[in-house]
Amino acid sequence: MSSLLEVKDLSYCAKSRGTLFKREQSFKLEPINFELQSGETMAIIGDNGSGKSTVAKLLVGAAMPDSGSIILNGETMQPGNIKQRCLKIRMVFQHSQSSLNPGLTLGALLDEPLKLNTEYDGYERRRIIEETLVKVGLMAEHAHFYAHMLSEGQKQRVAVARALILNPEVIVADEPFAALDPSVRSQTVNLLVKLQQDLGVGFIFISHNLGIVRHISDRILVMRHGKVIEAGKTDVIFNWPKHDYTKKLIYAYQSLSKR
Amino acid sequence: MGQSKLYLEDHFPSPVKHTWIEFRRNHVSIIGLWIFLFFVAVIVFAPGIAPFSPTEQNTDVILLQPAWDNSGTIVHLFGTDSLGRDVLSRVIHGSRVTFGISILIVLIAMLVGFSLGAFAGMGHGLRASVLNHLLDAIMVIPTLIIAIIIVAIFGTGLTSCMWAITLSMIPKFIHLTRDLVRNACHMEYVTAARLDGASNTRILFDSILPNMIEPLVVNGTFALSVAILELSALGFLNLGAQAPTAELGAMLSDGLEVAYIAPWNIALPGAAILLMLIAVNLVGDGLRTALRNRLQQ
Repeated sequence: MSSLLEVKDLSYCAKSRGTLFKREQSFKLEPINFELQSGETMAIIGDNGSGKSTVAKLLVGAAMPDSGSIILNGETMQPGNIKQRCLKIRMVFQHSQSSLNPGLTLGALLDEPLKLNTEYDGYERRRIIEETLVKVGLMAEHAHFYAHMLSEGQKQRVAVARALILNPEVIVADEPFAALDPSVRSQTVNLLVKLQQDLGVGFIFISHNLGIVRHISDRILVMRHGKVIEAGKTDVIFNWPKHDYTKKLIYAYQSLSKR
Repeated sequence: MGQSKLYLEDHFPSPVKHTWIEFRRNHVSIIGLWIFLFFVAVIVFAPGIAPFSPTEQNTDVILLQPAWDNSGTIVHLFGTDSLGRDVLSRVIHGSRVTFGISILIVLIAMLVGFSLGAFAGMGHGLRASVLNHLLDAIMVIPTLIIAIIIVAIFGTGLTSCMWAITLSMIPKFIHLTRDLVRNACHMEYVTAARLDGASNTRILFDSILPNMIEPLVVNGTFALSVAILELSALGFLNLGAQAPTAELGAMLSDGLEVAYIAPWNIALPGAAILLMLIAVNLVGDGLRTALRNRLQQ
């Protein structure tokens, strides 16, 4: 069976903006490879500056890779062609606070991707917006609300709705749970798991929370200093970590959870 | 949850209506709005409501007292000036010139400033920053002095005054727009819109502009009161509207010659300017509060 998403030798080097006298250290992402099956969840873990967010940016097209290719369903994603990939790969941002436009109603916010990427007329778009809002556990009336009227958890749901509205095949989420309190966090996790079961999308997410990673992910990619140091099934990595860094991470997690 | 409509009887106001609902809650702003609308009506219907022509000289009644004085008549409600012209008609026509031209000036300056500022904010590199910083130099000089320089080059008159004030206001709007657009471009919601495939123009009008309305309105009303003051200041200095034209500033300087025997000649045009400024500031302040409440409460 061919995989849904295939990433081959993807590499990236941050353009250094050094001045005449000072050389700024540039970040380099070593070539990475991975595959994602449809309906599968992959987690990327690693510490700050390890290149997790860069991978997410490269996948959704917010940054241009230096080399390598992203193949979705056998179709190569051209770098810089956002129109091509925004129908298929969608992103959920870390802070729904700043990723939702404060000056627009949620309806107008969700209307934008539809207006830009589909041929539906106004009536049809409204129906889709209402359906999507209901799908993520909000109500159709929320289309008239502004972002500031919602709680954090509801905002995160809108961010998910924004990603889902174009019926994507892959959702990339950059620490979607970090800013939420524990109860809302578990609600959102359950929502995402349920949506994934219902819709069969591939889900790539970045997280620091190993508990959630263990709970929802099928596979894990461990990154450090712009390199993938370990990759494999969740069970395997949690039970038989190979790399020293992974061992430390897992040990720290287990010592916390057993206490 | 699900399909049931919990808020069926609630209606959702459009952004404009929402702003109006918020605006209405502040009574002082409403008073300001009435005065503002009164002046707008004066601008539109000036020839219809003015009892005399503003330049018609009636030599029988020179320096006639206003109607509320014992020696005044109801024919000349605000009295007459030293050439026997009806002060009420002149105030009405003068308001038309001062207020109307000020509104025009601010609209032009906002339009030009916004387009250039948006270009500078969305663009990168030398072109965008040259546009921005070249005009910074103009901001150092007070508006009135730039206006006087321009008048000195192109000669006195209402038109050159108008251009002078417009030109001196544009850099402020460029700066404002550029800063707002620049800041907004770093926000995640703009990245999100870009990932939806939105073009720069679309991002500017659909994502950034809705958040810019409040500062634009606030600065627009502030600029309007500055424009009114400067237009009348130039008129007062005899650099603006020339002799027969009724303009509030020029009327003040005419009235100054007979200030001791006919104080109404400066009091009434002065009161008109004062009322305009109060109205503009009240409306601006109310709009700012209303727009902010709309997006925060």
